[in-house]
Amino acid sequence: MSASLPLAIEVDHLVKTYAGMTAVADLSFTVARGEIIGFLGPNGAGKSTTMRILTGYLPANSGTVRICGHSVATEPDAVKRLIGYMPENNPLPEDMRVSEYLYFRGRLKEIPRRKLSPRIDEVLELCDLKRVRHKIIGQLSKGYRQRVGIAEAILAEPPVIIMDEPTIGLDPHQILIVRDLIAGLRGRMTVIISSHILPEIEMTCDRVLIINRGRVVAQGSPADLRREVLGRTTYQLITAGAVDTLPALLTSIEPTLKITATSEPDATGFVSLTLSTERTEELGEPLLQRLLAHGFRVRALSRAQPTLEDVFLAATRRSWDAKLAPTPSPAVAAQGAIRP
Amino acid sequence: MKHFLTLLSHELRMLLVSPSTYIAGTAFLFFMGFIFTGILENYTKAAQDVSPAHVFFQLFWLPVFFMVPLLTMKSLAEERRLGTIETLLTTPVTTTEVVLGKYTAAYALYLSLWGATGGFFYILKRFSSDPRLIDGGPLIGGYVFIAVSGLLFVAIGVFASSLSRNQAVAGILSFVMLASLIVGVRWLGEASFLNRDILAPAKAAVDYAQIFAHYEDFTRGVIDARHVLFYFSGTALALIFSILSVEAKQIHA
Repeated sequence: MSASLPLAIEVDHLVKTYAGMTAVADLSFTVARGEIIGFLGPNGAGKSTTMRILTGYLPANSGTVRICGHSVATEPDAVKRLIGYMPENNPLPEDMRVSEYLYFRGRLKEIPRRKLSPRIDEVLELCDLKRVRHKIIGQLSKGYRQRVGIAEAILAEPPVIIMDEPTIGLDPHQILIVRDLIAGLRGRMTVIISSHILPEIEMTCDRVLIINRGRVVAQGSPADLRREVLGRTTYQLITAGAVDTLPALLTSIEPTLKITATSEPDATGFVSLTLSTERTEELGEPLLQRLLAHGFRVRALSRAQPTLEDVFLAATRRSWDAKLAPTPSPAVAAQGAIRP
Repeated sequence: MKHFLTLLSHELRMLLVSPSTYIAGTAFLFFMGFIFTGILENYTKAAQDVSPAHVFFQLFWLPVFFMVPLLTMKSLAEERRLGTIETLLTTPVTTTEVVLGKYTAAYALYLSLWGATGGFFYILKRFSSDPRLIDGGPLIGGYVFIAVSGLLFVAIGVFASSLSRNQAVAGILSFVMLASLIVGVRWLGEASFLNRDILAPAKAAVDYAQIFAHYEDFTRGVIDARHVLFYFSGTALALIFSILSVEAKQIHA
Protein backbone atom coordinates (compact mmCIF):
# COMPACT_ATOMS: atom_id res chain seq x y z
CA MET A 1 0.00 0.00 0.00
CA SER A 2 2.06 2.87 -1.25
CA ALA A 3 1.25 6.23 0.32
CA SER A 4 1.14 7.96 -3.06
CA LEU A 5 -1.93 5.98 -4.14
CA PRO A 6 -5.24 7.70 -3.48
CA LEU A 7 -7.68 6.06 -1.06
CA ALA A 8 -9.86 3.33 -2.52
CA ILE A 9 -13.08 5.07 -1.57
CA GLU A 10 -13.63 8.60 -0.34
CA VAL A 11 -17.17 9.69 0.44
CA ASP A 12 -17.58 13.30 1.44
CA HIS A 13 -20.82 14.90 2.67
CA LEU A 14 -22.99 12.69 0.52
CA VAL A 15 -26.70 13.56 0.38
CA LYS A 16 -29.43 11.71 -1.51
CA THR A 17 -33.13 12.42 -1.27
CA TYR A 18 -36.00 10.59 -2.93
CA ALA A 19 -39.17 12.60 -3.42
CA GLY A 20 -38.61 14.63 -0.27
CA MET A 21 -37.42 11.65 1.79
CA THR A 22 -33.80 11.72 2.84
CA ALA A 23 -32.13 8.37 2.22
CA VAL A 24 -28.54 9.47 2.79
CA ALA A 25 -27.95 12.51 4.98
CA ASP A 26 -24.47 13.99 4.88
CA LEU A 27 -22.55 10.73 4.90
CA SER A 28 -18.74 10.84 5.00
CA PHE A 29 -16.26 8.00 5.27
CA THR A 30 -13.11 6.67 3.66
CA VAL A 31 -11.88 3.19 2.91
CA ALA A 32 -8.19 2.36 2.47
CA ARG A 33 -6.90 0.10 -0.28
CA GLY A 34 -7.11 -3.59 0.43
CA GLU A 35 -9.48 -3.09 3.32
CA ILE A 36 -12.62 -5.17 3.83
CA ILE A 37 -15.37 -3.05 5.25
CA GLY A 38 -18.76 -4.12 6.50
CA PHE A 39 -21.76 -1.91 6.04
CA LEU A 40 -24.39 -2.39 8.71
CA GLY A 41 -27.69 -0.73 9.26
CA PRO A 42 -31.37 -1.47 9.79
CA ASN A 43 -33.71 -1.67 6.81
CA GLY A 44 -34.04 1.69 5.11
CA ALA A 45 -30.83 3.02 6.66
CA GLY A 46 -29.48 3.98 3.24
CA LYS A 47 -27.05 1.10 2.69
CA SER A 48 -28.22 0.12 -0.77
CA THR A 49 -28.62 3.73 -1.84
CA THR A 50 -25.06 4.51 -0.77
CA MET A 51 -23.75 1.49 -2.64
CA ARG A 52 -25.65 2.47 -5.77
CA ILE A 53 -24.17 5.95 -5.59
CA LEU A 54 -20.69 4.47 -5.18
CA THR A 55 -21.15 2.50 -8.39
CA GLY A 56 -22.41 5.54 -10.28
CA TYR A 57 -25.79 3.93 -10.92
CA LEU A 58 -27.62 6.61 -8.96
CA PRO A 59 -26.62 10.26 -8.94
CA ALA A 60 -26.26 11.97 -5.55
CA ASN A 61 -27.96 15.26 -4.70
CA SER A 62 -24.77 16.69 -3.25
CA GLY A 63 -21.41 15.60 -1.92
CA THR A 64 -18.56 13.87 -3.68
CA VAL A 65 -17.57 10.23 -4.07
CA ARG A 66 -14.14 9.26 -5.30
CA ILE A 67 -13.13 5.72 -6.22
CA CYS A 68 -9.32 5.38 -6.39
CA GLY A 69 -9.12 9.14 -6.92
CA HIS A 70 -11.71 9.26 -9.74
CA SER A 71 -14.88 11.20 -9.13
CA VAL A 72 -18.02 9.14 -9.69
CA ALA A 73 -19.97 12.17 -10.90
CA THR A 74 -17.47 13.47 -13.48
CA GLU A 75 -15.64 10.30 -14.56
CA PRO A 76 -18.30 7.58 -14.50
CA ASP A 77 -16.57 5.54 -17.20
CA ALA A 78 -13.29 5.38 -15.29
CA VAL A 79 -15.14 4.42 -12.11
CA LYS A 80 -17.12 1.65 -13.82
CA ARG A 81 -13.82 0.04 -14.84
CA LEU A 82 -12.65 0.08 -11.22
CA ILE A 83 -15.58 -1.62 -9.55
CA GLY A 84 -17.22 -4.99 -9.39
CA TYR A 85 -20.78 -4.69 -8.19
CA MET A 86 -23.33 -7.18 -6.97
CA PRO A 87 -26.65 -5.45 -6.36
CA GLU A 88 -29.23 -6.25 -3.74
CA ASN A 89 -31.22 -9.43 -4.55
CA ASN A 90 -28.53 -10.35 -7.10
CA PRO A 91 -30.43 -9.92 -10.37
CA LEU A 92 -29.35 -12.42 -13.04
CA PRO A 93 -30.76 -13.25 -16.47
CA GLU A 94 -32.88 -16.37 -16.19
CA ASP A 95 -32.23 -17.93 -19.55
CA MET A 96 -28.43 -18.00 -19.85
CA ARG A 97 -25.93 -20.63 -18.90
CA VAL A 98 -23.44 -19.79 -16.16
CA SER A 99 -20.36 -19.82 -18.38
CA GLU A 100 -22.16 -17.89 -21.14
CA TYR A 101 -23.21 -15.26 -18.66
CA LEU A 102 -19.69 -14.86 -17.31
CA TYR A 103 -18.32 -14.67 -20.85
CA PHE A 104 -20.81 -11.97 -21.78
CA ARG A 105 -20.08 -9.98 -18.63
CA GLY A 106 -16.35 -10.38 -19.15
CA ARG A 107 -16.63 -8.94 -22.64
CA LEU A 108 -18.64 -6.01 -21.31
CA LYS A 109 -15.99 -5.45 -18.67
CA GLU A 110 -13.38 -5.31 -21.41
CA ILE A 111 -11.39 -8.38 -20.47
CA PRO A 112 -9.39 -9.36 -23.57
CA ARG A 113 -10.85 -12.41 -25.29
CA ARG A 114 -7.58 -14.28 -24.86
CA LYS A 115 -7.53 -13.91 -21.08
CA LEU A 116 -11.25 -14.37 -20.58
CA SER A 117 -11.54 -18.16 -20.79
CA PRO A 118 -8.77 -18.90 -18.26
CA ARG A 119 -10.14 -16.19 -15.98
CA ILE A 120 -13.66 -17.70 -16.14
CA ASP A 121 -12.21 -21.09 -15.21
CA GLU A 122 -10.42 -19.43 -12.32
CA VAL A 123 -13.50 -17.72 -10.85
CA LEU A 124 -15.63 -20.83 -11.38
CA GLU A 125 -13.06 -22.72 -9.36
CA LEU A 126 -12.88 -19.99 -6.70
CA CYS A 127 -16.63 -19.87 -6.27
CA ASP A 128 -17.05 -23.64 -6.46
CA LEU A 129 -19.24 -23.36 -9.55
CA LYS A 130 -17.45 -25.86 -11.78
CA ARG A 131 -20.22 -28.41 -11.54
CA VAL A 132 -22.94 -26.03 -12.72
CA ARG A 133 -21.03 -24.13 -15.39
CA HIS A 134 -23.27 -25.44 -18.18
CA LYS A 135 -26.52 -25.10 -16.26
CA ILE A 136 -29.13 -22.45 -16.98
CA ILE A 137 -29.10 -19.77 -14.29
CA GLY A 138 -32.89 -19.79 -13.89
CA GLN A 139 -32.71 -23.43 -12.74
CA LEU A 140 -30.01 -22.93 -10.12
CA SER A 141 -30.69 -22.89 -6.40
CA LYS A 142 -30.36 -19.67 -4.47
CA GLY A 143 -26.90 -20.52 -3.14
CA TYR A 144 -25.53 -21.11 -6.62
CA ARG A 145 -27.15 -17.98 -7.98
CA GLN A 146 -25.58 -15.98 -5.18
CA ARG A 147 -22.17 -17.41 -6.04
CA VAL A 148 -22.69 -16.63 -9.72
CA GLY A 149 -23.25 -13.01 -8.65
CA ILE A 150 -20.05 -13.02 -6.61
CA ALA A 151 -18.11 -14.65 -9.44
CA GLU A 152 -19.38 -11.94 -11.76
CA ALA A 153 -18.33 -9.18 -9.34
CA ILE A 154 -14.74 -10.45 -9.03
CA LEU A 155 -14.45 -11.51 -12.68
CA ALA A 156 -12.53 -8.51 -13.98
CA GLU A 157 -10.35 -8.30 -10.85
CA PRO A 158 -11.39 -4.72 -10.11
CA PRO A 159 -9.63 -2.88 -7.30
CA VAL A 160 -12.95 -2.16 -5.54
CA ILE A 161 -15.72 -4.69 -5.01
CA ILE A 162 -19.13 -3.64 -3.77
CA MET A 163 -21.54 -6.36 -2.69
CA ASP A 164 -25.00 -5.73 -1.32
CA GLU A 165 -25.89 -8.57 1.04
CA PRO A 166 -23.78 -11.29 -0.60
CA THR A 167 -24.55 -13.97 1.99
CA ILE A 168 -28.32 -13.58 2.12
CA GLY A 169 -30.13 -16.85 1.55
CA LEU A 170 -27.07 -19.07 1.84
CA ASP A 171 -26.77 -22.12 4.06
CA PRO A 172 -23.99 -22.23 6.69
CA HIS A 173 -21.69 -24.28 4.46
CA GLN A 174 -22.05 -21.83 1.59
CA ILE A 175 -21.58 -18.88 3.96
CA LEU A 176 -18.28 -20.43 4.94
CA ILE A 177 -17.22 -20.63 1.29
CA VAL A 178 -18.22 -17.03 0.66
CA ARG A 179 -16.42 -15.89 3.78
CA ASP A 180 -13.22 -17.63 2.70
CA LEU A 181 -13.65 -16.16 -0.74
CA ILE A 182 -13.93 -12.63 0.62
CA ALA A 183 -11.08 -13.20 3.05
CA GLY A 184 -8.99 -14.37 0.08
CA LEU A 185 -9.45 -10.95 -1.51
CA ARG A 186 -7.98 -9.16 1.51
CA GLY A 187 -5.00 -7.00 0.64
CA ARG A 188 -5.56 -7.34 -3.11
CA MET A 189 -8.95 -5.75 -3.46
CA THR A 190 -11.01 -3.33 -1.45
CA VAL A 191 -14.30 -4.90 -0.52
CA ILE A 192 -17.45 -3.30 0.80
CA ILE A 193 -20.16 -5.69 1.88
CA SER A 194 -23.46 -4.99 3.52
CA SER A 195 -25.15 -7.61 5.59
CA HIS A 196 -27.72 -8.30 8.23
CA ILE A 197 -25.82 -11.35 9.42
CA LEU A 198 -23.67 -9.70 12.03
CA PRO A 199 -21.30 -12.57 12.91
CA GLU A 200 -20.47 -12.71 9.20
CA ILE A 201 -19.38 -9.10 9.17
CA GLU A 202 -17.47 -9.59 12.37
CA MET A 203 -15.51 -12.50 10.99
CA THR A 204 -14.68 -11.13 7.56
CA CYS A 205 -14.41 -7.39 7.96
CA ASP A 206 -11.48 -5.30 9.12
CA ARG A 207 -13.74 -2.42 9.89
CA VAL A 208 -17.44 -1.95 10.43
CA LEU A 209 -19.50 1.06 9.50
CA ILE A 210 -22.89 1.25 11.17
CA ILE A 211 -25.29 3.62 9.49
CA ASN A 212 -28.78 4.60 10.43
CA ARG A 213 -31.14 7.05 8.78
CA GLY A 214 -28.44 7.93 6.28
CA ARG A 215 -25.76 8.84 8.80
CA VAL A 216 -22.73 7.03 10.16
CA VAL A 217 -23.59 6.26 13.77
CA ALA A 218 -20.47 4.27 14.62
CA GLN A 219 -17.36 3.01 12.88
CA GLY A 220 -14.23 1.09 13.76
CA SER A 221 -13.05 -2.47 14.18
CA PRO A 222 -15.56 -4.79 15.88
CA ALA A 223 -13.48 -4.72 19.09
CA ASP A 224 -13.31 -0.91 19.19
CA LEU A 225 -17.01 -0.66 18.60
CA ARG A 226 -17.79 -2.94 21.50
CA ARG A 227 -15.77 -0.80 23.82
CA GLU A 228 -16.94 2.53 22.50
CA VAL A 229 -20.61 1.90 21.93
CA LEU A 230 -21.43 -0.31 24.87
CA GLY A 231 -18.91 1.23 27.28
CA ARG A 232 -19.53 -1.47 29.88
CA THR A 233 -18.69 -5.06 30.62
CA THR A 234 -21.14 -7.80 31.50
CA TYR A 235 -20.58 -10.87 33.70
CA GLN A 236 -22.70 -13.98 34.05
CA LEU A 237 -22.77 -15.47 37.53
CA ILE A 238 -24.47 -18.60 38.86
CA THR A 239 -24.38 -18.68 42.59
CA ALA A 240 -26.20 -19.76 45.75
CA GLY A 241 -26.24 -17.99 49.12
CA ALA A 242 -27.62 -14.79 50.62
CA VAL A 243 -28.44 -13.11 47.33
CA ASP A 244 -30.07 -10.07 49.01
CA THR A 245 -26.69 -9.08 50.53
CA LEU A 246 -25.04 -9.31 47.14
CA PRO A 247 -25.60 -5.71 45.87
CA ALA A 248 -23.74 -4.23 48.84
CA LEU A 249 -20.88 -6.68 48.37
CA LEU A 250 -20.65 -5.86 44.66
CA THR A 251 -20.52 -2.13 45.35
CA SER A 252 -17.64 -2.69 47.73
CA ILE A 253 -15.67 -4.41 44.95
CA GLU A 254 -16.43 -1.85 42.28
CA PRO A 255 -18.85 1.08 42.70
CA THR A 256 -20.37 0.73 39.23
CA LEU A 257 -20.94 -3.03 39.44
CA LYS A 258 -24.67 -3.73 39.49
CA ILE A 259 -27.06 -6.62 39.07
CA THR A 260 -29.06 -6.09 35.89
CA ALA A 261 -31.00 -9.37 35.80
CA THR A 262 -31.84 -12.11 38.27
CA SER A 263 -33.43 -15.48 37.60
CA GLU A 264 -35.65 -17.55 39.91
CA PRO A 265 -33.61 -19.95 42.08
CA ASP A 266 -33.54 -23.46 40.67
CA ALA A 267 -34.18 -26.70 42.60
CA THR A 268 -30.75 -26.65 44.24
CA GLY A 269 -31.01 -22.98 45.21
CA PHE A 270 -28.70 -21.57 42.54
CA VAL A 271 -29.56 -18.21 41.01
CA SER A 272 -28.37 -16.98 37.66
CA LEU A 273 -27.37 -13.30 37.68
CA THR A 274 -26.25 -10.80 35.08
CA LEU A 275 -23.84 -8.17 36.37
CA SER A 276 -22.82 -5.04 34.57
CA THR A 277 -20.01 -2.53 35.13
CA GLU A 278 -18.52 0.49 33.42
CA ARG A 279 -15.01 -0.72 34.22
CA THR A 280 -13.35 -2.42 31.29
CA GLU A 281 -10.58 -4.14 33.28
CA GLU A 282 -11.04 -7.76 34.32
CA LEU A 283 -12.99 -8.03 37.59
CA GLY A 284 -13.44 -11.78 37.55
CA GLU A 285 -10.73 -12.75 39.99
CA PRO A 286 -11.48 -10.26 42.83
CA LEU A 287 -15.17 -10.97 42.36
CA LEU A 288 -14.68 -14.70 42.71
CA GLN A 289 -12.42 -14.33 45.77
CA ARG A 290 -14.83 -12.00 47.58
CA LEU A 291 -17.84 -14.17 46.79
CA LEU A 292 -16.15 -17.28 48.17
CA ALA A 293 -14.88 -15.37 51.23
CA HIS A 294 -18.47 -14.31 52.01
CA GLY A 295 -19.73 -17.88 51.90
CA PHE A 296 -21.34 -17.81 48.44
CA ARG A 297 -21.28 -21.06 46.52
CA VAL A 298 -20.27 -20.30 42.94
CA ARG A 299 -21.04 -22.62 40.10
CA ALA A 300 -20.07 -20.39 37.21
CA LEU A 301 -18.65 -16.96 36.53
CA SER A 302 -17.91 -15.69 33.07
CA ARG A 303 -17.29 -12.43 31.35
CA ALA A 304 -19.84 -12.06 28.59
CA GLN A 305 -18.48 -11.04 25.20
CA PRO A 306 -20.92 -8.56 23.76
CA THR A 307 -21.70 -9.51 20.18
CA LEU A 308 -21.67 -7.13 17.29
CA GLU A 309 -25.42 -7.51 17.46
CA ASP A 310 -25.47 -5.73 20.82
CA VAL A 311 -23.24 -3.02 19.43
CA PHE A 312 -25.47 -2.65 16.41
CA LEU A 313 -28.62 -2.44 18.49
CA ALA A 314 -27.07 0.03 20.91
CA ALA A 315 -25.66 2.22 18.16
CA THR A 316 -28.84 2.36 16.13
CA ARG A 317 -30.96 2.93 19.24
CA ARG A 318 -28.78 5.86 20.20
CA SER A 319 -29.11 7.38 16.78
CA TRP A 320 -32.88 7.15 17.06
CA ASP A 321 -32.75 8.70 20.51
CA ALA A 322 -30.59 11.50 19.13
CA LYS A 323 -33.24 12.19 16.51
CA LEU A 324 -34.82 15.04 18.45
CA ALA A 325 -31.55 16.74 19.35
CA PRO A 326 -30.34 19.20 16.68
CA THR A 327 -27.18 17.97 14.99
CA PRO A 328 -24.91 20.74 13.70
CA SER A 329 -22.60 18.47 11.71
CA PRO A 330 -22.42 14.76 10.99
CA ALA A 331 -19.02 14.41 12.60
CA VAL A 332 -20.44 15.71 15.84
CA ALA A 333 -23.48 13.49 15.42
CA ALA A 334 -21.32 10.44 14.96
CA GLN A 335 -19.13 11.35 17.90
CA GLY A 336 -22.22 12.01 19.98
CA ALA A 337 -23.52 8.58 19.15
CA ILE A 338 -20.29 6.92 20.19
CA ARG A 339 -19.70 8.82 23.40
CA PRO A 340 -22.95 10.25 24.63
CA MET B 1 -19.84 2.17 -29.35
CA LYS B 2 -17.19 -0.31 -28.27
CA HIS B 3 -19.72 -2.59 -26.61
CA PHE B 4 -22.48 -2.33 -29.19
CA LEU B 5 -21.41 -5.48 -31.01
CA THR B 6 -21.02 -7.43 -27.75
CA LEU B 7 -24.53 -6.41 -26.70
CA LEU B 8 -26.01 -7.04 -30.13
CA SER B 9 -24.48 -10.49 -30.48
CA HIS B 10 -25.70 -11.29 -26.97
CA GLU B 11 -29.24 -10.20 -27.84
CA LEU B 12 -29.26 -12.11 -31.13
CA ARG B 13 -27.92 -15.19 -29.44
CA MET B 14 -30.62 -15.00 -26.79
CA LEU B 15 -33.22 -14.71 -29.58
CA LEU B 16 -31.77 -17.69 -31.43
CA VAL B 17 -31.71 -20.00 -28.40
CA SER B 18 -35.14 -18.97 -27.16
CA PRO B 19 -37.99 -21.30 -28.17
CA SER B 20 -40.44 -18.40 -28.09
CA THR B 21 -38.73 -16.87 -31.13
CA TYR B 22 -39.47 -19.97 -33.18
CA ILE B 23 -43.02 -20.24 -31.89
CA ALA B 24 -43.63 -16.58 -32.74
CA GLY B 25 -42.05 -17.08 -36.17
CA THR B 26 -44.19 -20.12 -36.94
CA ALA B 27 -47.37 -18.40 -35.75
CA PHE B 28 -46.50 -15.32 -37.82
CA LEU B 29 -45.91 -17.33 -40.97
CA PHE B 30 -49.12 -19.27 -40.38
CA PHE B 31 -51.09 -16.05 -40.04
CA MET B 32 -49.46 -14.39 -43.05
CA GLY B 33 -49.91 -17.58 -45.08
CA PHE B 34 -53.58 -17.50 -44.23
CA ILE B 35 -53.85 -13.91 -45.50
CA PHE B 36 -51.85 -14.75 -48.62
CA THR B 37 -54.08 -17.73 -49.42
CA GLY B 38 -57.12 -15.49 -48.98
CA ILE B 39 -55.69 -13.00 -51.45
CA LEU B 40 -54.90 -15.68 -54.00
CA GLU B 41 -58.40 -17.07 -53.68
CA ASN B 42 -59.77 -13.71 -54.82
CA TYR B 43 -57.57 -13.93 -57.89
CA THR B 44 -59.03 -17.31 -58.81
CA LYS B 45 -62.54 -15.85 -58.74
CA ALA B 46 -61.98 -12.76 -60.86
CA ALA B 47 -59.17 -10.84 -62.53
CA GLN B 48 -57.85 -8.00 -60.34
CA ASP B 49 -56.28 -4.66 -61.19
CA VAL B 50 -53.19 -5.02 -59.01
CA SER B 51 -50.73 -7.81 -58.30
CA PRO B 52 -51.06 -10.07 -55.22
CA ALA B 53 -47.86 -8.55 -53.76
CA HIS B 54 -49.50 -5.12 -53.73
CA VAL B 55 -52.53 -6.37 -51.79
CA PHE B 56 -50.38 -8.44 -49.48
CA PHE B 57 -48.14 -5.57 -48.41
CA GLN B 58 -51.09 -3.24 -48.15
CA LEU B 59 -52.11 -5.29 -45.14
CA PHE B 60 -48.75 -4.58 -43.46
CA TRP B 61 -50.48 -2.84 -40.55
CA LEU B 62 -52.19 -6.03 -39.42
CA PRO B 63 -48.99 -7.89 -38.43
CA VAL B 64 -47.32 -4.64 -37.34
CA PHE B 65 -50.01 -4.00 -34.73
CA PHE B 66 -49.47 -7.36 -33.08
CA MET B 67 -45.95 -8.36 -33.94
CA VAL B 68 -44.06 -5.19 -33.10
CA PRO B 69 -45.46 -4.89 -29.54
CA LEU B 70 -44.80 -8.58 -28.93
CA LEU B 71 -41.25 -8.42 -30.27
CA THR B 72 -40.23 -5.29 -28.41
CA MET B 73 -42.22 -5.20 -25.18
CA LYS B 74 -39.75 -7.44 -23.43
CA SER B 75 -36.55 -5.62 -24.36
CA LEU B 76 -36.13 -2.92 -21.72
CA ALA B 77 -39.12 -3.68 -19.48
CA GLU B 78 -37.75 -7.12 -18.64
CA GLU B 79 -34.30 -5.77 -17.77
CA ARG B 80 -35.87 -3.31 -15.39
CA ARG B 81 -38.23 -5.84 -13.83
CA LEU B 82 -35.43 -8.33 -13.17
CA GLY B 83 -33.07 -5.55 -12.07
CA THR B 84 -30.40 -6.69 -14.52
CA ILE B 85 -30.34 -3.18 -15.95
CA GLU B 86 -28.47 -2.25 -12.77
CA THR B 87 -25.68 -4.76 -13.34
CA LEU B 88 -25.65 -3.85 -17.02
CA LEU B 89 -25.28 -0.12 -16.48
CA THR B 90 -22.60 -0.48 -13.83
CA THR B 91 -20.25 -2.00 -16.41
CA PRO B 92 -18.46 0.37 -18.81
CA VAL B 93 -21.41 0.40 -21.27
CA THR B 94 -23.51 3.44 -22.03
CA THR B 95 -27.29 3.61 -22.08
CA THR B 96 -27.09 4.41 -25.79
CA GLU B 97 -25.26 1.16 -26.48
CA VAL B 98 -27.79 -0.84 -24.47
CA VAL B 99 -30.80 0.71 -26.20
CA LEU B 100 -29.24 0.42 -29.66
CA GLY B 101 -28.27 -3.21 -29.03
CA LYS B 102 -31.83 -4.11 -28.04
CA TYR B 103 -33.28 -2.12 -30.92
CA THR B 104 -31.04 -3.61 -33.57
CA ALA B 105 -31.73 -7.16 -32.38
CA ALA B 106 -35.51 -6.58 -32.42
CA TYR B 107 -35.27 -4.99 -35.86
CA ALA B 108 -33.24 -7.91 -37.18
CA LEU B 109 -35.90 -10.32 -35.95
CA TYR B 110 -38.64 -8.16 -37.50
CA LEU B 111 -36.84 -8.18 -40.83
CA SER B 112 -36.16 -11.89 -40.80
CA LEU B 113 -39.80 -12.68 -40.01
CA TRP B 114 -40.92 -10.55 -42.94
CA GLY B 115 -38.13 -11.98 -45.04
CA ALA B 116 -39.55 -15.45 -44.44
CA THR B 117 -42.76 -14.41 -46.22
CA GLY B 118 -40.65 -14.27 -49.39
CA GLY B 119 -41.24 -18.01 -49.47
CA PHE B 120 -44.89 -17.41 -50.35
CA PHE B 121 -43.92 -15.57 -53.49
CA TYR B 122 -41.39 -18.23 -54.37
CA ILE B 123 -44.05 -20.92 -54.08
CA LEU B 124 -46.44 -18.82 -56.15
CA LYS B 125 -43.83 -18.32 -58.87
CA ARG B 126 -42.85 -21.96 -58.86
CA PHE B 127 -46.34 -23.43 -59.07
CA SER B 128 -48.50 -20.87 -60.85
CA SER B 129 -48.59 -20.95 -64.60
CA ASP B 130 -49.52 -17.29 -64.86
CA PRO B 131 -46.42 -15.04 -64.79
CA ARG B 132 -48.63 -11.96 -64.32
CA LEU B 133 -49.21 -12.94 -60.71
CA ILE B 134 -45.61 -12.12 -59.90
CA ASP B 135 -44.84 -8.48 -60.46
CA GLY B 136 -41.30 -7.54 -59.48
CA GLY B 137 -41.95 -3.82 -58.88
CA PRO B 138 -44.55 -3.96 -56.10
CA LEU B 139 -42.74 -6.93 -54.58
CA ILE B 140 -39.42 -5.15 -54.19
CA GLY B 141 -41.13 -1.86 -53.33
CA GLY B 142 -43.18 -3.66 -50.69
CA TYR B 143 -40.14 -5.18 -49.04
CA VAL B 144 -38.24 -1.89 -49.14
CA PHE B 145 -41.24 -0.21 -47.53
CA ILE B 146 -41.39 -2.91 -44.83
CA ALA B 147 -37.68 -2.49 -44.12
CA VAL B 148 -37.78 1.32 -43.94
CA SER B 149 -41.05 1.66 -42.03
CA GLY B 150 -40.00 -1.16 -39.70
CA LEU B 151 -37.18 1.06 -38.45
CA LEU B 152 -39.74 3.45 -37.00
CA PHE B 153 -42.24 0.84 -35.81
CA VAL B 154 -39.65 -1.16 -33.90
CA ALA B 155 -38.18 2.05 -32.41
CA ILE B 156 -41.65 2.97 -31.15
CA GLY B 157 -41.94 -0.48 -29.58
CA VAL B 158 -38.59 -0.10 -27.84
CA PHE B 159 -39.62 3.33 -26.59
CA ALA B 160 -42.85 1.88 -25.14
CA SER B 161 -40.80 -0.82 -23.46
CA SER B 162 -38.57 1.79 -21.83
CA LEU B 163 -41.59 3.46 -20.24
CA SER B 164 -42.79 0.62 -18.04
CA ARG B 165 -41.36 -2.29 -16.14
CA ASN B 166 -44.50 -4.25 -16.86
CA GLN B 167 -44.35 -6.05 -20.20
CA ALA B 168 -48.10 -6.04 -20.68
CA VAL B 169 -48.31 -2.28 -20.16
CA ALA B 170 -45.39 -1.78 -22.54
CA GLY B 171 -47.10 -3.97 -25.15
CA ILE B 172 -50.39 -2.08 -24.93
CA LEU B 173 -48.61 1.28 -25.03
CA SER B 174 -46.75 0.27 -28.12
CA PHE B 175 -49.95 -1.01 -29.75
CA VAL B 176 -51.72 2.29 -29.04
CA MET B 177 -48.81 4.38 -30.33
CA LEU B 178 -48.56 2.35 -33.54
CA ALA B 179 -52.32 2.44 -34.07
CA SER B 180 -52.45 6.21 -33.62
CA LEU B 181 -49.55 6.63 -36.02
CA ILE B 182 -50.89 4.36 -38.74
CA VAL B 183 -54.69 4.52 -38.45
CA GLY B 184 -55.09 7.70 -36.38
CA VAL B 185 -53.14 9.83 -38.85
CA ARG B 186 -55.10 8.36 -41.74
CA TRP B 187 -58.35 9.24 -40.02
CA LEU B 188 -57.08 12.77 -39.35
CA GLY B 189 -56.20 13.11 -43.02
CA GLU B 190 -59.79 12.39 -43.94
CA ALA B 191 -61.29 14.59 -41.23
CA SER B 192 -62.96 17.69 -42.66
CA PHE B 193 -62.17 20.07 -39.78
CA LEU B 194 -58.55 20.20 -40.92
CA ASN B 195 -59.57 21.67 -44.26
CA ARG B 196 -59.93 25.19 -42.87
CA ASP B 197 -57.33 27.64 -44.09
CA ILE B 198 -56.02 28.41 -40.63
CA LEU B 199 -55.20 24.74 -40.05
CA ALA B 200 -53.37 24.37 -43.36
CA PRO B 201 -49.94 23.74 -41.73
CA ALA B 202 -51.44 21.02 -39.55
CA LYS B 203 -53.09 19.53 -42.61
CA ALA B 204 -49.74 19.55 -44.43
CA ALA B 205 -48.06 17.79 -41.50
CA VAL B 206 -50.78 15.14 -41.35
CA ASP B 207 -50.54 14.58 -45.10
CA TYR B 208 -46.79 14.21 -44.79
CA ALA B 209 -47.18 11.51 -42.14
CA GLN B 210 -49.65 9.36 -44.13
CA ILE B 211 -48.04 5.94 -43.91
CA PHE B 212 -50.51 4.36 -46.37
CA ALA B 213 -49.65 7.08 -48.89
CA HIS B 214 -45.95 6.35 -48.38
CA TYR B 215 -46.68 2.71 -49.08
CA GLU B 216 -48.40 3.52 -52.36
CA ASP B 217 -45.36 5.51 -53.45
CA PHE B 218 -42.94 2.76 -52.53
CA THR B 219 -44.84 0.09 -54.46
CA ARG B 220 -45.00 2.35 -57.49
CA GLY B 221 -41.21 2.50 -57.31
CA VAL B 222 -41.10 6.06 -56.01
CA ILE B 223 -38.62 6.15 -53.15
CA ASP B 224 -39.06 9.70 -52.00
CA ALA B 225 -36.28 11.11 -49.84
CA ARG B 226 -38.91 12.93 -47.78
CA HIS B 227 -40.57 9.63 -46.87
CA VAL B 228 -37.27 8.00 -46.03
CA LEU B 229 -36.35 11.04 -43.96
CA PHE B 230 -39.69 10.79 -42.16
CA TYR B 231 -38.88 7.25 -41.02
CA PHE B 232 -35.24 7.95 -40.23
CA SER B 233 -35.96 11.05 -38.18
CA GLY B 234 -38.88 9.34 -36.44
CA THR B 235 -36.62 6.41 -35.56
CA ALA B 236 -33.90 8.69 -34.23
CA LEU B 237 -36.45 10.58 -32.15
CA ALA B 238 -37.99 7.42 -30.69
CA LEU B 239 -34.57 6.00 -29.83
CA ILE B 240 -33.39 9.25 -28.23
CA PHE B 241 -36.56 9.27 -26.14
CA SER B 242 -35.92 5.65 -25.14
CA ILE B 243 -32.39 6.50 -24.00
CA LEU B 244 -33.65 9.52 -22.08
CA SER B 245 -36.42 7.46 -20.56
CA VAL B 246 -33.99 4.81 -19.29
CA GLU B 247 -31.71 7.49 -17.84
CA ALA B 248 -34.57 9.46 -16.30
CA LYS B 249 -35.88 6.34 -14.59
CA GLN B 250 -32.42 5.85 -13.13
CA ILE B 251 -32.30 9.38 -11.72
CA HIS B 252 -35.78 9.19 -10.25
CA ALA B 253 -35.52 5.55 -9.19
